[in-house]
Amino acid sequence: MTVLTGLSKQDGAPELRRRVRLLYRVVAAIFLLLTFRLGFLQIVDGERYTFLSENNRIRIKRIPGTRGMVFDRRGQLLVDSRPSFDLIFVPEDTHSPEATLRTLAGYLKRDERELLAVFEENKGRAAFDDIVLGRDVDWPTVVAVETHQLELPGVTLRVRPRRSYANGPVAAHVLGYLGEIGPRQLKALKDRGYALGDEIGQYGLEKTWEEVLRGQSGGQQVEVDALGRRVRVLHEVADVPGYTVHLTLDREMQETAYEALSGKEGTIVVLDVHSGAVLAMVSSPAFDPNIFARGVKADEWRELVKDRLRPLNNRAIQGQYPPGSTFKVIMAIAALEEGAIQPEATIFDPGFYSVGNRAFRDWKKGGHGSVDLHKAIVQSCDVYFYQTGQKLGIDRIAKHARAFGLGEKTGIELDDEKTGLVPDSEWKRKRYRQPWYPGETPSIAIGQGYLTVTPLQLANMMAAVANGGTLYRPYIVRRVESIDGATVREYGPEKIRAIALKPGTLQRVRNALRDVVQGPGGTGGAARSNVVALAGKTGTAQVVEMKGAYLKSEQLAYFNRDHAWFIAYAPADDPQIAIAVLVEHGGHGGEAAAPLARKVAEKYVEIQGRLQGQQQVRADGEQRAN
Amino acid sequence: MQIDRRLISHFDWTLLGFTLALVLMGVGTIYSANYNIVENHAGGLPTRQLAWLGVGLVVMTAALAVDYRYLDRVAYPFYGAMVVLLFLVLFIGHSGGGSQRWINLGFFRLQPSEPAKLAVVLLMAKYLQSDEPPRGYRLRDLWASFVLVAPLVLLTLVQPDLGTAIILSLVFLSMMLMGGLRLKSFLCLVGTGLAFLPIAWHFLKPYQRQRILTFLDPDRDPLGAGYHVIQSKIAVGSGRLFGTGYLHGTQNRLDFLPAQHTDFIFAVFSEEWGFVGCFVLVGLYFLFMLYSLRLVGRAKDRFGALLAFGVLSIFFWHVVINVAMVTGMMPVVGVPLPLFSYGGSALASMMFGIGLMINVSMRRFTF
Repeated sequence: MTVLTGLSKQDGAPELRRRVRLLYRVVAAIFLLLTFRLGFLQIVDGERYTFLSENNRIRIKRIPGTRGMVFDRRGQLLVDSRPSFDLIFVPEDTHSPEATLRTLAGYLKRDERELLAVFEENKGRAAFDDIVLGRDVDWPTVVAVETHQLELPGVTLRVRPRRSYANGPVAAHVLGYLGEIGPRQLKALKDRGYALGDEIGQYGLEKTWEEVLRGQSGGQQVEVDALGRRVRVLHEVADVPGYTVHLTLDREMQETAYEALSGKEGTIVVLDVHSGAVLAMVSSPAFDPNIFARGVKADEWRELVKDRLRPLNNRAIQGQYPPGSTFKVIMAIAALEEGAIQPEATIFDPGFYSVGNRAFRDWKKGGHGSVDLHKAIVQSCDVYFYQTGQKLGIDRIAKHARAFGLGEKTGIELDDEKTGLVPDSEWKRKRYRQPWYPGETPSIAIGQGYLTVTPLQLANMMAAVANGGTLYRPYIVRRVESIDGATVREYGPEKIRAIALKPGTLQRVRNALRDVVQGPGGTGGAARSNVVALAGKTGTAQVVEMKGAYLKSEQLAYFNRDHAWFIAYAPADDPQIAIAVLVEHGGHGGEAAAPLARKVAEKYVEIQGRLQGQQQVRADGEQRAN
Repeated sequence: MQIDRRLISHFDWTLLGFTLALVLMGVGTIYSANYNIVENHAGGLPTRQLAWLGVGLVVMTAALAVDYRYLDRVAYPFYGAMVVLLFLVLFIGHSGGGSQRWINLGFFRLQPSEPAKLAVVLLMAKYLQSDEPPRGYRLRDLWASFVLVAPLVLLTLVQPDLGTAIILSLVFLSMMLMGGLRLKSFLCLVGTGLAFLPIAWHFLKPYQRQRILTFLDPDRDPLGAGYHVIQSKIAVGSGRLFGTGYLHGTQNRLDFLPAQHTDFIFAVFSEEWGFVGCFVLVGLYFLFMLYSLRLVGRAKDRFGALLAFGVLSIFFWHVVINVAMVTGMMPVVGVPLPLFSYGGSALASMMFGIGLMINVSMRRFTF
């Protein structure tokens, strides 16, 4: 022992030597304590722990919290969670997995080879791991398994809340979908209580509002016997259901917009002009989020991802398109604000406009003749705006476009919103290291060229035109409610900015927008309705530049046909909603898009009428009661 | 260069022997912990740990090559480098298990909090090397060392790496005591420390708080941290007297143990080798410490003694906290078992420390 502890007087400093001698005892005491603890666990309590370790008697059964429900603005159910049963098999809990599976196949009248194949596939995993034999199994299966439980060791049913989307694909892009948590997500979110096999919002509101909707997992620490049957519950933690979310979306409006777009590719966005609340947002083609809830199959997923029409894209916020002639709204405002034109002054449109040696054509062969601002908007005269664009210059155009929210994200609480692009001379210099050439401005003036926007941006721009110049952040969630109905959070209008405009500018533009639909020769005549007066602007976004003659869109290959725009607000003299309609490859906006906006606006008026009627009835009732 | 032949004849083979014995037992246990597990760490770990042993031996040789008395000159640069690295880790660090601890150097990932422990040792040895005042140091004599150590502790705490932050503080305290801090000052310091606990609590991540609360009341979180402790105790306890035998631990095999090859490796070992094995392993650590303590007492100068003691205290606190944690005597704070747990930065910097001890040991005679 002296080899280890012997210290003589010649060694080191005396005070350190003294402390070392003391430390021998301290260290010995602590190690004695550790040894005692080990002896206690391994010898005194060893039998008990051995008993517990055999068959791993302690298991954890997690119970994920039920996800919150989602309602529309009038309290109609959009998303719910219903209970479902998964058929689970734990190989470790039976002496002969094969025999058990054969017995099971007999009771379920299923092919035993199929069940055995599932078992074989999972053979590499730990024996106590669950193997899922069937998800969301039907009632007869549940009954069969429950009645024959004793003959089916290792076979259990697991109750699982399953997401159910009441309207299927109608609001798919807004609501989103759930998916099993991926390995990378799991790594990042482990500390937040996620576990392998959990579902997590992967898209849309399900993703962006995950924290609110998800609730908290509970679980049980269970002691099980050698066959995996639960002996007793050692500990239990109750799960906490997620919050209920009330949206600004109107289910009926959403349905109308969805039907209007059926069989087409495109998108419709409807906003409340006084708040930015999203009343409807449809992107077509859509997908059914219910297939994700039951576990999307590999080939279904492949089909969705590979589809050339990209059904997983939310065109309203992720599609970036040239705005076409709808951009003339911005052009008119910019020109009036900058004093670049006299609104009453006319120009002569011969059907083309020359810059240098290049000629820009008007969409109308032969031109519109003598044109002032009003007529230019109503008839969508290209030459008028070519000239106006040249007078304004690209930077002043860009300034006004950006004031109305183009070129930036609106900030809606959905994933992956795109910005679109508002080019100016600085952008050109940075991007291409070249100056802006005057010959590039005319294209921008009619909404072509580098310029791109998202349909949501245009709807929001139109809302600002309609409400007198306030740009709101579009929002979808109105209220978050706990399970007992108490309001947890509430959301309302949020101003992005108030756009400073001269008095009269908007009035002038709005008069023209009204005549686009109502006036003679207006390009939006197809939106005329005897139920509600719309004001709007048509647009045709070129997909490929047409070098040849004036081709009708039917003469072009489908994917080369122009996109059809119609942006509007209604009612024209007391605006309440703003609408953006885009039909991909639909040809002219006036023909393909305007009628869809009319349908949506008529639906809105119908719903409002009904709501007022109900209120009237209620008010009358109260009056009588008094 | 001429090598003093006395240095070779005085080389401390015993320390090297202890080290190799522990590392090799560790590699064997890491092998078992990863044996036949279908998870993705597919058995490369023991080999990697052996490679790290090679690195450790090189680092160890470097640590004993230069006379330790010159080392007080590098104390500040080394300290500075550690602060920079710990700071960098917060920005460019690699995450693992929810915290940022590693810097990717391409061929390997460095965990700067490991060498940071040595920085504290070097710093304190430098501070306390002159003869102590007759009645010992007062706190005000040492205020500068607080200022220097605090950033290291805070930077590890925010990673978050509670285990290392605790180790750094304990090593700091141990060295002050060894260096001759007055008892009154020490009590004052501990008192202040306790008063600051609520502030420290504020800095902890929710899951760290959860672990401590779970320890105080195991029923709080039976599905999370509480579950791990229970499973770890089952593994240790089911080893009984002679163990289930090498590669025959069922608890470990079935993946019930958390971090089975790092922080909970002792549980794997305990299950397979039983009380007898644990007695041998813990005994080995104990003898290692007694031997090193003697080395501290016999060192020729204060600087050498304090240097060796500092390394020893790192070692000591790791062993005690890890074993106490695995056997359910302490809350779970991530602290590996030195020389035994899987982990390259930890092994290499521990072996560097042992190199310093050997350095002190073999230059006892060269005056």
